[in-house]
Amino acid sequence: MFKKDITPGAKSKVKSSAQRGIRSKVLEQYPLLEPYIDDIMPKKEQLDLVKLPDRVSLYTLGATPLFFQHMDDPLMPHLTLIHRYPSCFNRLRIDRGAIRFVLSGATLMVPGLTSPGGRLPDDDDDEEGIYGEEELDAGEVVVIESEGKETACMVGVLKMGTEEMKKVKKGQACEAGHYLGDGLWQLSLG
Amino acid sequence: MAEASSSSSGYPRQVVYCGVCTLPPEYCEFGGTVKKCEEWLEENHPQMHAKLYSQEAIEQGLSALSVDAQKRAAKDAEKKAAKAVAAEAKAQEQRATSKVLIKRIERNKRKYVTAVQGLEAFGLDIKKVAKDFGKKFATGSSVTKIPGGGEEITVQGDLSDDIFDYVVETYKDVPEDNMECIEEKKKKPAS
Ligand SMILES: [Zn+2]
Repeated sequence: MFKKDITPGAKSKVKSSAQRGIRSKVLEQYPLLEPYIDDIMPKKEQLDLVKLPDRVSLYTLGATPLFFQHMDDPLMPHLTLIHRYPSCFNRLRIDRGAIRFVLSGATLMVPGLTSPGGRLPDDDDDEEGIYGEEELDAGEVVVIESEGKETACMVGVLKMGTEEMKKVKKGQACEAGHYLGDGLWQLSLG
Repeated sequence: MAEASSSSSGYPRQVVYCGVCTLPPEYCEFGGTVKKCEEWLEENHPQMHAKLYSQEAIEQGLSALSVDAQKRAAKDAEKKAAKAVAAEAKAQEQRATSKVLIKRIERNKRKYVTAVQGLEAFGLDIKKVAKDFGKKFATGSSVTKIPGGGEEITVQGDLSDDIFDYVVETYKDVPEDNMECIEEKKKKPAS
């Protein structure tokens, strides 16, 4: 979504009624953020909306980006928010070999997740249960972590359900939404 | 590796980002500036540096890849490094050839504004510079769009020479030779 560098467009204040709406949408989509929502979007503080190219809206608190949204698609968390609250999102893990492709903006392919270094939900190798037990469906927002790394490298929307991935072991897994080093990451909001 | 992330105590987590390439330092190896990144980390977060750049960590990273994949990754890293070097050279050349224009513009009789163009080519954030000008000269100073693209800083008052000196003194990346003061004559009102 942000393979190219972007320049932020007009910035406007989000009205308090709209701000409440965003807050409840965030909690609806990411219920595990509940204990932290007052830290993420303090009720009394002003959220801003920054217009980005291709009909993407970015919600920010001061210079901190929080969520972005393409038209009326689901709200997606910015990677810095994911890094602060990693376990509040559905996560998958790619093997080490796939990292450099993801960081260049390529569509994530299924083998990067089904190989020994990758992790999908209900994975026997996932001893700590980080990647959950419930299979995820196509269309869900997922955070992509990396083998041997602690921080996530990408967030995107699944193109294929995880159960099917385990069966077919090939094809496109997840569209490049927002990844480390992309235009959204580089965006300066100062 | 990700043990800490399975428990949600201690949120929000504090994540260090690389002062060179901006990524979390564990991802620096995938960019083209690994050398500089490593130096930065060693200086600023020595503990993290010891962990990430230990022999053990490097071997572990390599063992996760097949020999073929290692070769491809190494080639890729080389290409990225070459790209980063080329980008740096280009940026330097751009800095060498870019000009900063300081224009004195007469708005009304004996009322002047001073427009400053081109500072962004030297890696300056012109919004911040505009603020600095306003504070330094206790006057109105803002970023305005230039018809035909780009932005300039507009400062209220006849301050060409003062701004020239201030820029030379404050922003060491802007060479004096690349700066020029000019005067824009007031356009005659049409008919
Ligand atoms: Zn770095």
